Amino acid sequence: MSEHETILSLDRLSVRLPAGADRTHALREVSLEIASNEILCVVGESGSGKSMMANAVMRLLPNEVTIDDGRIMFEGRDLCAASIAEMREVRGDGIAMIFQEPMTALNPLRTIGDQIAEMFSIHTDLSKAEINTRVLALLSDVRIPDPKVAAKAYPHELSGGQRQRAMIAMALALDPKLLIADEPTTALDVTTQAQILKLIRDLQQRRKTAVMFITHDFGVVAEIADRVVVMQHGVIVEQGTASDVLHHPQHAYTRQLIAAVPPLKAPPPRALAADNILTISDVSKTYRTGGFLGRGARVTPAVKNVSLALPRGATLGIVGESGSGKSTLARCIVRLIDPDTGSIVLDGNDWAKLSREDVRRETQHIQMVFQDPFASLNPRRKAAELVAQGPIVHGTPRAKAIADAKELFALVGLDPSAGDRYPHEFSGGQRQRIGLARALALKPDVLVADEPVSALDVSVQAQVLKLLAELRQRLGLSIVFITHDLRVAAQICDLVAVMKDGAVVEHGLAGEVFGNPQHAYTQALLDSIPGGEFAREHKV
Amino acid sequence: MRILSLAGRRLAASIPTLVLILIGVFLLLQFAPGDTVDAMMAQMGGGDAATARELRKFYGLDLSIPAQLANYLWRLVRLDLGFSSIYGKPVASVILERLPPTILLMTASLSFAFFFGLVFGVIAARGVNRWPDTLISTLGLIFYATPSFWFGLMAIVVFSVYLQWLPPGGFEDIGTMRTGIWRVLDIASHLVLPTLTLGLIFLAIYLRIMRASMLEVLNLDYVRTARAKGLDETRVVTRHVLRNALLPMVTLIGLQAGTMLGGSVVVESVFSLPGLGRLAYESVVQRDLNTLLGIVFVSALLVISVNFVVDLIYARLDPRITAEG
Amino acid sequence: MDAVKRYFRSPAAVAGLILLLIVIAMAISAGWFYPRDPLALAGRPLVWPFSNPRFLLGTDNSGRDIAAQIFYGARISLLIGGVATAIAILIGILVGAFAGYYGGWVDNVLMRITEAFQTLPNFVLLLVLVAVFGSTLTTVTIAVGVVSWPAPARLTRAEFLSLRNREFVQAGRTLGMKNIQLIFREILPNALPPVIVYASVVMAVAILLESALAFLRLSDPNVASWGNLIGLGRDVLRVQWYVSAIPGIAILVTVLAVSLVGQGLNDALNPRLKGR
Repeated sequence: MSEHETILSLDRLSVRLPAGADRTHALREVSLEIASNEILCVVGESGSGKSMMANAVMRLLPNEVTIDDGRIMFEGRDLCAASIAEMREVRGDGIAMIFQEPMTALNPLRTIGDQIAEMFSIHTDLSKAEINTRVLALLSDVRIPDPKVAAKAYPHELSGGQRQRAMIAMALALDPKLLIADEPTTALDVTTQAQILKLIRDLQQRRKTAVMFITHDFGVVAEIADRVVVMQHGVIVEQGTASDVLHHPQHAYTRQLIAAVPPLKAPPPRALAADNILTISDVSKTYRTGGFLGRGARVTPAVKNVSLALPRGATLGIVGESGSGKSTLARCIVRLIDPDTGSIVLDGNDWAKLSREDVRRETQHIQMVFQDPFASLNPRRKAAELVAQGPIVHGTPRAKAIADAKELFALVGLDPSAGDRYPHEFSGGQRQRIGLARALALKPDVLVADEPVSALDVSVQAQVLKLLAELRQRLGLSIVFITHDLRVAAQICDLVAVMKDGAVVEHGLAGEVFGNPQHAYTQALLDSIPGGEFAREHKV
Repeated sequence: MRILSLAGRRLAASIPTLVLILIGVFLLLQFAPGDTVDAMMAQMGGGDAATARELRKFYGLDLSIPAQLANYLWRLVRLDLGFSSIYGKPVASVILERLPPTILLMTASLSFAFFFGLVFGVIAARGVNRWPDTLISTLGLIFYATPSFWFGLMAIVVFSVYLQWLPPGGFEDIGTMRTGIWRVLDIASHLVLPTLTLGLIFLAIYLRIMRASMLEVLNLDYVRTARAKGLDETRVVTRHVLRNALLPMVTLIGLQAGTMLGGSVVVESVFSLPGLGRLAYESVVQRDLNTLLGIVFVSALLVISVNFVVDLIYARLDPRITAEG
Repeated sequence: MDAVKRYFRSPAAVAGLILLLIVIAMAISAGWFYPRDPLALAGRPLVWPFSNPRFLLGTDNSGRDIAAQIFYGARISLLIGGVATAIAILIGILVGAFAGYYGGWVDNVLMRITEAFQTLPNFVLLLVLVAVFGSTLTTVTIAVGVVSWPAPARLTRAEFLSLRNREFVQAGRTLGMKNIQLIFREILPNALPPVIVYASVVMAVAILLESALAFLRLSDPNVASWGNLIGLGRDVLRVQWYVSAIPGIAILVTVLAVSLVGQGLNDALNPRLKGR
């Protein structure tokens, strides 16, 4: 096989959606080529059609969605015209696929080894012993710790990163010519993501596989892509080599996407107030689950002796991966969860010690913005009512509360007349604005934002962050900002605290933590950001 | 073994439930007009107040209610279920006599309903929204809506009266004393219609659940992975879908155990089977409250044991359960 | 509303609705078609259906008009079905809401009680209740309701368990809402749809339970109910099987109608299940 022959080529592929979808075609006249031994990144936001394209190549489209024009050329034949039996031979053997959510993509009732072995039993005639050897070899190739044990394990017994490694092992079992990876690292922690990206790059180089890597993150593109294809609304808007597209983007949408990736350099520091509005001292929370009559209970320390301070008017970022305890800490601060020990002093009052009733009364001083724009609004209430609920509970007459709500709408950049609509009629970004308005309705001193932009598309993220920055300037808000994404934290936080396993490992001014990290974990986090130099330096 | 200890824990947790049931029903029965002694005296053809008082003292019915309750629970622990005034025998032996037909009937109906529910559910799910599915689902709905006792009666009309293929009732032919294989076949022929009758509604339920479960699983991610590996549809179903889709069915067996026992009351009455269900009915009609309480106890025990077995099977099928302990 | 439109797109759901309306019409119009007491003697006993134009569906063992009993029986079935279902749903929602929301010992205690009701076979409990409280229409209706509440309770509890940790509920807490407010004004409206749909299942079972009781002569003998008629017809099953057959068909049609309507509602309110 020569170094750069074309493995897959899409020739004006069009995929039609059923009636009633928001557009007629998922893909329209898409043409691209993937050569062997290269990684092609397909970049786009949700709804761009990138996943549809992967499913179309594998002929795994849902029933109502059909290919109505174009060709998919693989190994000299048109996959669009292939029969189901022919496609079954290609799948797994010629083209393999890995998916985004490794927990749900693996059968929970069968062992890992079993599922990998199935690849061999479908496409080859090897003996069981031979298959077992190969499975173990594959598992060690993807650097899973203790392959023998892993092969006998069930999916729920492995971590997210290990499950994804197992999926990669399964996909590469038969040395396919093309590997399609549909957002394989999106659901993983930053450090795990860095490892998996490295793994894919290594394996690709060793086996000379062609890889179609689908992602929404331009940082990932900078990290591993050889060539890039940018998609929007089912159409390719730009393609080229990675360095061309990253440094000299031609299309306006590409430029918008690249600009939306927050750079890692912290903006110049602002002056901070001398007094602290919120002081957290020695807060701990431990979970005890299970156990029969007190024995055998599983004890999980979620937050361990955390002490932090938030100056008036400043933004404190709490950064950590999943399981670091940051969400638990956030919920302790607003007393959604009761901390076991420690004090949370807000403007002289120790929140941790207040009774339930007092908390309900005092809660107007500290409000929360939630992560999931879909789940954080009651689907059966109109938008204006949702924003007015807080003041109404605290005694404001209804008419005034609704009027105030409409003013808040304008403040967060929404049309005041939209107050009569229901949440499902708004987009994700708009819903987050409603959530923000709701939190601001009680005129709090402190705002706790729990991953407020993590569930949004990249371009929308930038807008909401901009809004937050404006509001904090206008209203003099003090903000506690929880996130897992260092790049986001760099943009908006004055102070940063890094959490791991329930404890704060490093904290200080944002510029210092990012520019001169002291703790090994902080350094590891910074190194794991995909597309390192690109993230640090690209001009906004 | 982890599975055993987990199921054992659930079993231990059902003891308070059992006690709750017994206390509840016992107290409830105190509200009933007339008690065991009244029923006995009715049997004896009347008696005077003195006899009534003597009898009440003998059976401890003159004590206060909490004392009676304590007495009863204490006797229960020693498996003494009291005395049946109607049958003139200890309740325990009456129940023991009537247990085999009910257990046979329930086992047969459950197997019938589960097996065919599974098969038809899978067929319906594979051909979803096409004619096999529409036919099976429609029949399922009709079976579900059919009153079991009415179906039993109609079955008797068709199969016993007109076609004369099967006997109209009873457990076995009392006239001729058969032994060995002939007895088994005789009992079997007597159980065909009752099994069909009792099993029909549950067939409809299992069918619907299996179909829904299959459709649910067919949309899950790991089925897509299996297809992406190049598996053909049949093997996708047998190796990846079936076992996962079975889980809700297994749970359902436990949940429906009580309903099935209740259904046997009616079916045994229709087909004159000498089982536990019919005993319950007779106890109500003849106001034999001791026996009724005994039946409540045994029914609850049966349901709890079925649930215990179901827990074991479920833990065996799903490795995630033992992990959460 | 698109839910209503979706409902009418399913032929099965529409058929169910039509059947149900027919049964309701029968119940309402019984007084016009058959102004006399349905349990009064009307003619010769055991007249075959369609043989005498005065008795379209024949007469039973005592010479009462079967067609009249069918019409009046619709009232009983719908009445008992409706009221018992309402009782069961009301108790079930309250128990499930408090158990699901508060968790902890409240949940434990309520679930033990629910389990107790579910471990005891519901028909056996029904028998006990009838033995204790008698067989009037009122007691039978309440008994059927009391026997049927565990399943809606479990369903409500499951919904509450999943909704209680949803972020909009947490948001309500941070806004300062009290628990009772959260339960009844925030969570319950969202938890209700599956429970309402389940009410159709409860009603179907309630009708079947009552008719089984009537068949065993344990329900109110002074009303014209379908179950009573089937029980009567058992004595003449060998020859005049129609006495039992006809009311059975009436029960089948009614329960079928209720089930179809319930399924239609479910599909209309849960559009993600399309294609199934």
